[in-house]
Amino acid sequence: MAGQPIINDSEKERRKIKSVSKMKEIMTTYYIEAKTARENGKKVAWITSGGPVEFLIAMDVIPVYPENHGAMIGASKMGVELCEKAEEMGYSRDLCSYARADIACSVTNGGPIGGLPKPDFLVCCNNICGTVLKWYEVAARYYNVPLFILDTPFIHTTMSEASKKYVIAQTYEYIDFLEKQCGKKMDFDRMHQVGKLGVQALRLWQEVLDTAAHKPAPMTAFDAFFHLALIVTLRGTQIAVDYYKQLRDEMNQRIKDKIAMVPNEKYRLLWDNLPVWYRTKWLSDKFSAHNACLVGDTYTSAWSGIMDLIDEDNFIETGAVAYSSVYINVSLDNMLETLKKLIKKYDVDGLVMHSNRSCKPYSLGQYDLQKLVMKELKLPTLIIEADMVDERSFSESQIETRIDAFMETLKA
Amino acid sequence: MSVERTLVLLPLTVLRMQGIHFKRLINRKPPCKTNRINRILPIHLLMLGQFMEALDKIKIISEDPYSYASNLKQATGKPVVGNFCSYTPEELIYAAGGVPFRLFGTKEDISLADAHLQAYCCSLVRGGLEDALKGNLSFLSGTVFPHTCDSIQRLSDIWRLNAGFPFHIDVVLPVKLDTQSARTYMIDVLNAFKSDLETALNVSITDKKLLQSINLYNRLRRILGEIYEMRSIDPDCISAADLYHVIKASMIMDRDELLELLLSLRDDLKKNLKEKTLNTNKRIILSGGICNHPDIYTALEDSGAEVIWDDLCTGTRYFEGEIEQGGDPIEAVADRYLTRMVCPAKHLTVTARGENLVRLVKDRNASGVIFMFLKFCDPHSFDYPYLKQFLDDAGVPNILLEVEEQLPSDAQLKTRFETFVDMID
Repeated sequence: MAGQPIINDSEKERRKIKSVSKMKEIMTTYYIEAKTARENGKKVAWITSGGPVEFLIAMDVIPVYPENHGAMIGASKMGVELCEKAEEMGYSRDLCSYARADIACSVTNGGPIGGLPKPDFLVCCNNICGTVLKWYEVAARYYNVPLFILDTPFIHTTMSEASKKYVIAQTYEYIDFLEKQCGKKMDFDRMHQVGKLGVQALRLWQEVLDTAAHKPAPMTAFDAFFHLALIVTLRGTQIAVDYYKQLRDEMNQRIKDKIAMVPNEKYRLLWDNLPVWYRTKWLSDKFSAHNACLVGDTYTSAWSGIMDLIDEDNFIETGAVAYSSVYINVSLDNMLETLKKLIKKYDVDGLVMHSNRSCKPYSLGQYDLQKLVMKELKLPTLIIEADMVDERSFSESQIETRIDAFMETLKA
Repeated sequence: MSVERTLVLLPLTVLRMQGIHFKRLINRKPPCKTNRINRILPIHLLMLGQFMEALDKIKIISEDPYSYASNLKQATGKPVVGNFCSYTPEELIYAAGGVPFRLFGTKEDISLADAHLQAYCCSLVRGGLEDALKGNLSFLSGTVFPHTCDSIQRLSDIWRLNAGFPFHIDVVLPVKLDTQSARTYMIDVLNAFKSDLETALNVSITDKKLLQSINLYNRLRRILGEIYEMRSIDPDCISAADLYHVIKASMIMDRDELLELLLSLRDDLKKNLKEKTLNTNKRIILSGGICNHPDIYTALEDSGAEVIWDDLCTGTRYFEGEIEQGGDPIEAVADRYLTRMVCPAKHLTVTARGENLVRLVKDRNASGVIFMFLKFCDPHSFDYPYLKQFLDDAGVPNILLEVEEQLPSDAQLKTRFETFVDMID
């Protein structure tokens, strides 16, 4: 096991990302606005993380993300208690822990922010999984509010013309739905602007992530997990654009100033799947101790991975096609192509895959991807069996042993 | 394998080639006598299947579907097309000359599939892959994967990359079924499936063939419905375990052969049917996904209850709904899938399944519901709490039986069922 280099406090301070405080401030304001929406005469919509939020922004609806909430619950280590509550309510322990934790929160108003603001309506886009459909059905029954489903057919080979036609038709149905819920017409000029801002934010986010291609990396995937929140929650606003500009500039400055997030970065790794929210620090320290840096991941790049498919001057007709093509809504062979690109871009020495009990579309097939990566790229890989929110599925000693063994093979 | 089993597993077409017509061969005597008679009859008579009841044939096929399918393929050359879902557009497969063949998972231990699928994946997906990788499904010409759930979706990829069957078709159906654009999309998908099948099997699916297929499927589904109705009226006319074999064989067999057997079975049952049943067992509805465990029916009967109807993919969802004739055949096929009661992986309205279940209990004069689905089945697990709530609100006793690879032990099952039956007034 690698010895931890001696670092004094000022060095530690130097490595901290300064934008973090701004980010926290933005997220606090956002949640206050969301929680006080009703007092301010605004409507609240719950939306899935991969859903087209731009339309909500254009309609002045405050979007709320149960998945982001799930991540917060996980990071605050409140997952187990809430998951157990959901299990008492009859939801199987084998179900998605975001869904379980969030469903329980609706009933208990528990969790880190005392529950999410009640939705006026729900928008569910199934480009990330079939689970969200069921989860949003649960929410629609519980709150007795309308549910709009944007059904994005899975892409096994290429996206068919029929499929494109279907998602575009649904985009117009979505606009009709919003107009009905909000009692006003869509302002298409505003929508156009929001679409542009959304694409701009995606580009900037990608630029942020790209800075980690630099050796040593100014940030790690663990930082990306944290800074991702805005691309999920405030995509389509000037706030997200401004913030990611600031963050990108900070990263570029770090490169100039030769500030690496992992001191003595020697091994560069790529992460696959959602984070283990309650153990990000532990995992980050664990890898750092081996002089290993998680420089990229398939998760945070999933949002920006589709930006080239969006024509910012025709967001309405291209947005849904792009959203259908996200990393997790495509076949294993398509995923392998993306993995290969990331492996090349970040010039990594190994791949770490989180086999996440909660996320079947992300995790089933990882064993095949692992074999293909090892065969085609001769890249060492590690699979960690865990869960993104439910700590009961995390075996520290087992995972520690596996990481140590994996790092030994990398070092050999 | 016994001579009797070998005979049954020979497809009718083979018998027909020898100038033997099955209809005339089916014995209409009570089923209980057949086995005894068979044992004492000379073999050449056995070979004619003279005293073989339709139900006995069905059971033998249902218990060993792979041998049946292998023999069928060998004897007739018909392509056998594997699938995992009640949304598989079978009408098109039949019209293309194929035999739709439902896969139910494996009876063997999982070993090869472990290299591809995590343990938190249902036994249907793991077991199906196991059989494919072991070569147990070598009779398949190809597989069709309708969009079902997240696990089947990934199984399709893994299957395509590893199983090595001659063809593989994904039928990415819409997930919501309650809008006009979803209907249009479904019709587009079915048309694409038609042309994919034509290419894969090198045939042309004419409207005439399609209409014939629709006609056959309507007849098959109607007869299955009639048999279910008869059992609902008088559970003594056929046991639930036997009906399980009927429905399973219906998803496996050459559908022309099936029609003959089902017609014969229906006529047999009609004769046995009592207008007023003598059966006093508690009436239960089984709700869930796939049932591949006939033992639970007998365990339940031993506890004083009967499954008299179901809400299963391998049950009513397979046969309910008729295809309208007269219009565009593909549209008509789509409309049946759009209007039939949904499985939990599809969206109709947020309460459609709950309302349906409560209605079923009432319509079928049932006094309890047993939920039965596979462990790790997300769609069913998500619906369970709300379905349970609907039943609780309606005062309908219910229990959940979550099935892993194996059923709980007989003793455990018996205890659970007895406790449940005691809950029912």
